[in-house]
Amino acid sequence: MIARARLPRDRERDLQKATSELLLALADDDFVLGFADSEWTGIAPHLEEDVAMSSMAQDELGHAAAYYGLLADLSAGDPDRIAYDRPADAFRHCRLVDHGRGDWARTMARRWLYDSANAVRLEVLAGSANRPLADLVVKVRREETYHLLHGEAWLERLARHDGEPRRRLAEALELVGPDAPSVLAPLPSEALLVDAGIQPLPGAELLTRWSARIEPVLGRLGLDLPAAAPAALDPRTARSGHGAAFTWLWTEFSSVRALDPRATW
Amino acid sequence: MTGAGGPPAAEVVAAVRAVLAGIADPEIPAISIVDLGIVRDVTLARGRLEVELLPTFIGCPALDLIRATVAEQLEPIRANPDSGIEQVAVTISFTEPWTAERISDTGRAALRASGFAPPEAGPKLLSLAAPATCPYCGSRRTVLENAFGPTRCRSIHYCTACRQPFEQFKDG
Repeated sequence: MIARARLPRDRERDLQKATSELLLALADDDFVLGFADSEWTGIAPHLEEDVAMSSMAQDELGHAAAYYGLLADLSAGDPDRIAYDRPADAFRHCRLVDHGRGDWARTMARRWLYDSANAVRLEVLAGSANRPLADLVVKVRREETYHLLHGEAWLERLARHDGEPRRRLAEALELVGPDAPSVLAPLPSEALLVDAGIQPLPGAELLTRWSARIEPVLGRLGLDLPAAAPAALDPRTARSGHGAAFTWLWTEFSSVRALDPRATW
Repeated sequence: MTGAGGPPAAEVVAAVRAVLAGIADPEIPAISIVDLGIVRDVTLARGRLEVELLPTFIGCPALDLIRATVAEQLEPIRANPDSGIEQVAVTISFTEPWTAERISDTGRAALRASGFAPPEAGPKLLSLAAPATCPYCGSRRTVLENAFGPTRCRSIHYCTACRQPFEQFKDG
């Protein structure tokens, strides 16, 4: 039997599903990281940092809300329902942001790894064939500039202070480093997204660009980033199989919604 | 064209713009939302008036308040049957990013008068590195204390000339 050529309508549907997958990954990454980082509000090492961390967490939630909005436009859904009414295992954030916030060094190491990888991803998505996504990303990138400067300043500060700061930073990189590539790992439907120009470059290319960007910084500071965990690069595992830290966070951020689904503020 | 006998659409849009020019930013009431540059466009077509807003920062919590205020302030115009407006839509747009360059000269003067340094002009990374101009004494001998301030659009600075802490309106 001769294989039937795929109808344009099938392709349209597949493409919409792939686009939703990309938007959900972008949204869930920022949403989960935003909530994890917001735990520092009130208890950051000093007041200025408390304000900075809270501001960045607020940015991430704002970015997530905007991505959920695009996703809702595609599916005629409600952004709040997508954000708050899903079971924990339906979240598609990457392994890097699945870790608990840990100590300050871990939070800073994770922020720098995430911000540097996210910058590479957003740079490429600014040229997306999906116009609403490309427009939004132009704005997101302008805000993320502040985050990247902040993360690099802290990486440098911790790395250049021998003893406890540097030791804690090294431990943090050892723990979360293997999962860092999960931010850029290929999505299951990547081929379709790249073909349609919605994600103009594949994950493998993003990972190469990211390495070229961070290696000089790590080299200058004499820091080691462990090799990628196989699960962090595999499209089937990079964004699923969440751990206990996320189950706890999910219970926290969905608790108000669980108490009163109509609550607003 | 609007309803028979009503004023032409351009006149209605001008009236709407005049109302918007009188709406203050809720976080810095010294400046109007028009001078702040967050009103991208006002259009009236087929009875639908659309006011398109550009957020200074995506996660700005004042956006809902600004949208509600705009709708409320435009209600008298909408309620006038001659306006030809059946529906008012206040939308948030990312068609182009809000940047510091959108703040008008009047807006910059209003910020300075209320103790805020307006954002420096020019490419963003250079403007981040450049010292802010103190809104009190005009000195550029100032240091950045924190790129993150009390709201998303404000950073905190210190003037070593007149020894005043001050805030700058940040480039988005």
